[in-house]
Amino acid sequence: MSIALAHKPGTQFTTAVTAAFGAFAGLLVGTSQGSALIGIVLGAVALGALAWALMTFDLPERMARWAILAVVAALGLLIGGIAGLFVGLIFGWFFGWLIYWIGSGRYRMKLAPYLTPGQVLWHYTFRVICGAIFVFLITPILVVMPLSFNAEDFFTFTPEMLRFDPEGYSLKHYRDFFTNNEWQRSFKNSLIIAPIATVISVSLGTLAAIGLSQSHVPFRRAIMAILISPMIVPLIISATGMFFFYSQIGNWMEGTLGLNKTFVGYVKVVLAHAVLGIPFVIITVTATLVGFDRSLTRAAANMGADPVRTFFKVQMPLILPGVISGGLFAFITSFDEVVVVLFVGSASQKTLPWQMFTGLREQISPTILAVATILVAISIALLTTVELLRRRSERLRGMSPG
Amino acid sequence: MSTVSGTGPGTADAPSPDDALHEAAALADRDTPPRHGAAPDGPVLAADGTPLKRSLARALRLQKTRALMLIAPLLIFVLISFIVPIAQMLWRSVENDIVSNTLPMTVPELAQWDASDGGLPPEPVFRAMYYDMFLAAEAKKHTRLGTRLNYEQTGISSLFRQSGRKLDDLGKDILKPLRALDGDWAQAAPWFELMSGADGAAKDTAALEAQRDRLRRVTESPLAGEIGFAPSSEISALLPLTAQAYTDFAIFTVLEDGKDLAKTKPWETVYPALIEDMQTADVAGYGGPRAGMLQALRAGIAEFPPPSYSAAFADIDADWAAPQVWQTIQTHARTVTPGYFLNAVDMQLTPDGAAAQPESKQILVKLFGRTLVMSLIIMGSCILLGYPIAYLLANLPMRTANVLLILVLLPFWTSLLVRTSAWKVMLQQQGVINDTLVWLGLVADESRLVMINNQFGTIVAMTHILLPFMILPMYSVMQTIPPSYVRAAKSLGATNWTTFWRVYFPQSVPGIGAGSILVFILAIGYYITPEIVGGTKGVFISNRIAYHISSSLNWGLAAALGTILLAVVLLLYWCYDKIVGIDNVKLG
Amino acid sequence: MESNQMKLKTIMLTTAAAMIAAPAFAGSHMASEMTIVSWGGAYSKSQLKAYHEPYSEMTGTTILNDDSSAEAVAKLRAMNEAGNITWDVVDVVAADAIRLCDEGLAMEIDPDTQLAAAPDGTSAADDFGDLLVSDCFIPQIVYSTTFGYRTDLVGDTPPTSVCAVFDTEAYPGKRSLEKRPINNMEWALMCDGVAKEDVYDVLATDEGQDQALAKLATIKDDVVWWSAGADTPQLLADGEVVMGSTYNGRLFSVIEEQNQPVAMLWDAQVFDLDGWIIPAGLSPEREARALDYIMFATDTQRLADQAKYISYGPARMSSAPLVGQHADLGIDMAPHMPTDPENAKNTLLYNYEFWADYRDDIDAKFQAWLAQ
Repeated sequence: MSIALAHKPGTQFTTAVTAAFGAFAGLLVGTSQGSALIGIVLGAVALGALAWALMTFDLPERMARWAILAVVAALGLLIGGIAGLFVGLIFGWFFGWLIYWIGSGRYRMKLAPYLTPGQVLWHYTFRVICGAIFVFLITPILVVMPLSFNAEDFFTFTPEMLRFDPEGYSLKHYRDFFTNNEWQRSFKNSLIIAPIATVISVSLGTLAAIGLSQSHVPFRRAIMAILISPMIVPLIISATGMFFFYSQIGNWMEGTLGLNKTFVGYVKVVLAHAVLGIPFVIITVTATLVGFDRSLTRAAANMGADPVRTFFKVQMPLILPGVISGGLFAFITSFDEVVVVLFVGSASQKTLPWQMFTGLREQISPTILAVATILVAISIALLTTVELLRRRSERLRGMSPG
Repeated sequence: MSTVSGTGPGTADAPSPDDALHEAAALADRDTPPRHGAAPDGPVLAADGTPLKRSLARALRLQKTRALMLIAPLLIFVLISFIVPIAQMLWRSVENDIVSNTLPMTVPELAQWDASDGGLPPEPVFRAMYYDMFLAAEAKKHTRLGTRLNYEQTGISSLFRQSGRKLDDLGKDILKPLRALDGDWAQAAPWFELMSGADGAAKDTAALEAQRDRLRRVTESPLAGEIGFAPSSEISALLPLTAQAYTDFAIFTVLEDGKDLAKTKPWETVYPALIEDMQTADVAGYGGPRAGMLQALRAGIAEFPPPSYSAAFADIDADWAAPQVWQTIQTHARTVTPGYFLNAVDMQLTPDGAAAQPESKQILVKLFGRTLVMSLIIMGSCILLGYPIAYLLANLPMRTANVLLILVLLPFWTSLLVRTSAWKVMLQQQGVINDTLVWLGLVADESRLVMINNQFGTIVAMTHILLPFMILPMYSVMQTIPPSYVRAAKSLGATNWTTFWRVYFPQSVPGIGAGSILVFILAIGYYITPEIVGGTKGVFISNRIAYHISSSLNWGLAAALGTILLAVVLLLYWCYDKIVGIDNVKLG
Repeated sequence: MESNQMKLKTIMLTTAAAMIAAPAFAGSHMASEMTIVSWGGAYSKSQLKAYHEPYSEMTGTTILNDDSSAEAVAKLRAMNEAGNITWDVVDVVAADAIRLCDEGLAMEIDPDTQLAAAPDGTSAADDFGDLLVSDCFIPQIVYSTTFGYRTDLVGDTPPTSVCAVFDTEAYPGKRSLEKRPINNMEWALMCDGVAKEDVYDVLATDEGQDQALAKLATIKDDVVWWSAGADTPQLLADGEVVMGSTYNGRLFSVIEEQNQPVAMLWDAQVFDLDGWIIPAGLSPEREARALDYIMFATDTQRLADQAKYISYGPARMSSAPLVGQHADLGIDMAPHMPTDPENAKNTLLYNYEFWADYRDDIDAKFQAWLAQ
């Protein structure tokens, strides 16, 4: 932070921008309190004055921001009670940050110095738009989380919950998930079925994608269409159609091979899910192979590597990202699939989505929200681990973390 | 030269040895002498002495085989476990052999009936129907046919079910005086003796096999095995209808019910058959067992008028005495029917050909249209929302981008059912959004916004669910767009907009294409989300398919709807392949 | 094709062998395991307590629960065609049972020889009486589809008649109705001046159907249509609707177990039956076991026991006096039964015959009307 601030904007600019934001905040507060117009005027004047004062008298930033936070939070508490306090805290933090962010010129620090004000404005507007879309993406999941601690058996924010009364919250749905056999069994089933189905579709799919990417494949388009078809046939049709096939396969495996019924049941669901995951693998891996420089395999062959070795040592590492993301799609397809398993599976293969589906239809139980929250927590942990590992390996390889 | 080179992805960039191979092959194909080679006059030879043309062809063949070998396991897997079952499922959209299998005698008789004069079909149709229906009822297949025909004419289902119970009446009415004439007619053993003929008498096995074949079609079971009975040739010639009815009974009793024929009383069908046969039969020359019974009956035949099947049916239910039911059966008798497809486009198969459904039942075409339009809107909003995100992710430093990517992937990891329920919690009138708006005072408490159970709800929820499928392909394409192009354009004086629109955007089109096709195809087949948040106007054609599969059991119609939907998707897929190329679809 | 199939099978075998190292080759199937299909949720739980647990204890049979009743008709048909019936006993509503029986997918059961007689010796056929609506169907419970309303949203005059649903003046707010014509059409006609006994005669005509739809159209904008039984309780708990139709057991749970401000409107409740069928085409020993289970689970005491866990009326007349108290709440269950005389003053019985015939036709009209 030793760089001298090239563009410290004038006090007037800071005052004007802050006042504009203040007007907007005033609009929100004013409408809820009865008069939008008064709100706008008051908000604009108050915040404009605040910004002007802070910029003119050059107070220590940290202290000033704490002061703003405290005052606005207190105002919020006064107007809107506990919920108002929260809004006040957010507003207070935001305005403290905003005034100094603009006033000290920090907003331009990371941007190319030659940008025009219009471009800077667009840059931040774009960020705000993106932020809004991220909010859209993530809010439903955030909403689910508190509801999973609901003390009642409904998907409803009860008045107790809104008052942050501990009475309104409970861990009973989590307890239900961990103690209820049905949930545990279906969770276990999902953990068995999805990875195996993924492995099958990834291995077969990758082989086929490599075959498809060769230059002389007869009926390439037709083959491609066939391999992608599980994605384009409406699921309910696939489900009924596949039911017949897998029943016959099941009969045969139980009758002729004398295999255990439960085991056959798993094989059926795994294979059905593997078929559904294949298009995703094919599409991703073929796409990765489009950019694959095939002189590399020739070079490997030239140097005496056999095709298998070439595949694992040269081709595989390069197309791995495609394979992984294809695998991810295939995994999710199986892990989140409910229509086909309803038909192909039987009771002992009940998967998590199936259990959720009956949960939604036959009883209202926020247990499914608890499950979702647990899964989200697990996936955040997983994704964070992967990202941390990636950064670590980058550091080890001496690359600067991008 | 490049005309010969393949369309595969490998040929996209620099000339490769493959191209050389092709060029050489093309050269070898030509008759002009090569510039240098082993034999100036003969064919060009490879190092091992075989002609180059053959050698190259072999190399090409080898390469093709290798490619196919790699594809084969998956292709076979998908073909067998997916394509064949789906094709079988879709075949149901035209399959209709249930009518002719269940009513094998009635259908040809009915085909000769001209329904246009508004009268009833002639007596032989009723007669055929009586024997067919009796058999079907014994095999418990008549109700299945009733369910099938009920799709075409309301009321047939219960008509068939009830008729099946009352079909005995005709035979019982005849048996009464018959028993008075000779008690043996009501016994099992005399019938068995009469029908089998004397020991060692010639047997009409052809008739037996014909009936067995017919029963097989009705019962859908193999009916294999020895039954220890065949009508004697003499009886079969003398009393053809009776022999037929008794043979049906015999096969069914032995093979399906597993009972002893000599100890089981025959079905009621044999009595009307017997009376009808006896009207004309000359039993004077009959010398087989139980001749006395027959002769006595022949002598008293005046007391047994020939059975009136049409009257019997009219007794069972008045609907049989109206031409509509018969017309329906006649219209839907063919084994391959366009009826389901007509139904799928709000039309119906009537005796006079295809006609529109009554207006009050027209819904499916509307639903198809709605499905397409809403899928397009969902795709459009996914593009609108996904593009900025993908752009941002592609242009941020890797570190930040990966963290933000987690935000994109999180919803993706959350169950579809949970996300749909979450949207319900958010959008309903007492939901999170409305509550917040009311609390802020932006919306009055009594005029809360209606955002769910309509098209808006479906669009919002499905956009949310499908957005990752749009962002990920876009992101992976945008990652490959070199930033230098944009800088170059800018340094050449292009405005921001021009730079974006003329330089950046065109390069990102494959990503949009890939995401769009993915989102559109997935959207078009969704039914759980529309079912939960769609209300009345936000449901898709897949909801109807699911309804017909799991509730109404009208699988023919479901298959027809599915076939049409599949055809639409394939058409789009084909267009997409033509315009963008499926190879350009990238998922991440 | 043949060789391909062989190849596929080989592939699958190897994968299968590789996938699970544990011994997969057990006997072809366990001798005493049976799969019972039901609806899931609280209903399955009541069956588990009242039927499955005592039966397992008595016979040592392992009972596997499959919550597939909602798809039972389609799945049974598919199983039958594929020749691989994995279910032993299936819980379905009576209308589905009739359909299954019509399609030949369920076996016929003779109540007199294959079901237990009442303790006083009354034959099962007489004990069940008119409720034996199909030859394949053994009724288990009588449930009703009826209305619940928010006590805090209806003002001082709580609704007493089903026609309150159509009165948006007196009871403003949304109402939830099932997204199918059955029941809704009957209520609409009854509230449009058609006498109860004439309802089905009227509904059999095009004009009658139009009349019912016209009546429903008066509240179309105020209706939230549900398709899963759990929807209305949720909507009532949210205050999203002021009244809504659902199964009486769901309302009982909302009112008594969840203590929500909701009350029952028993007027014009539509009785329906739920019960067992046995799939056709089971092997003789499985069929015998299924029949044995049915005989046990539908006897007088067992049916009465189920009412301890869920507020549905037992289908046998002889069970009614044995209905006791709720297992957890300890309240008397009899007043919460749809069959209780206090509740059953004005009732309809689901007309199976009529709907078996008219369901497809009216449903098409109803859906077209909804989509307008």
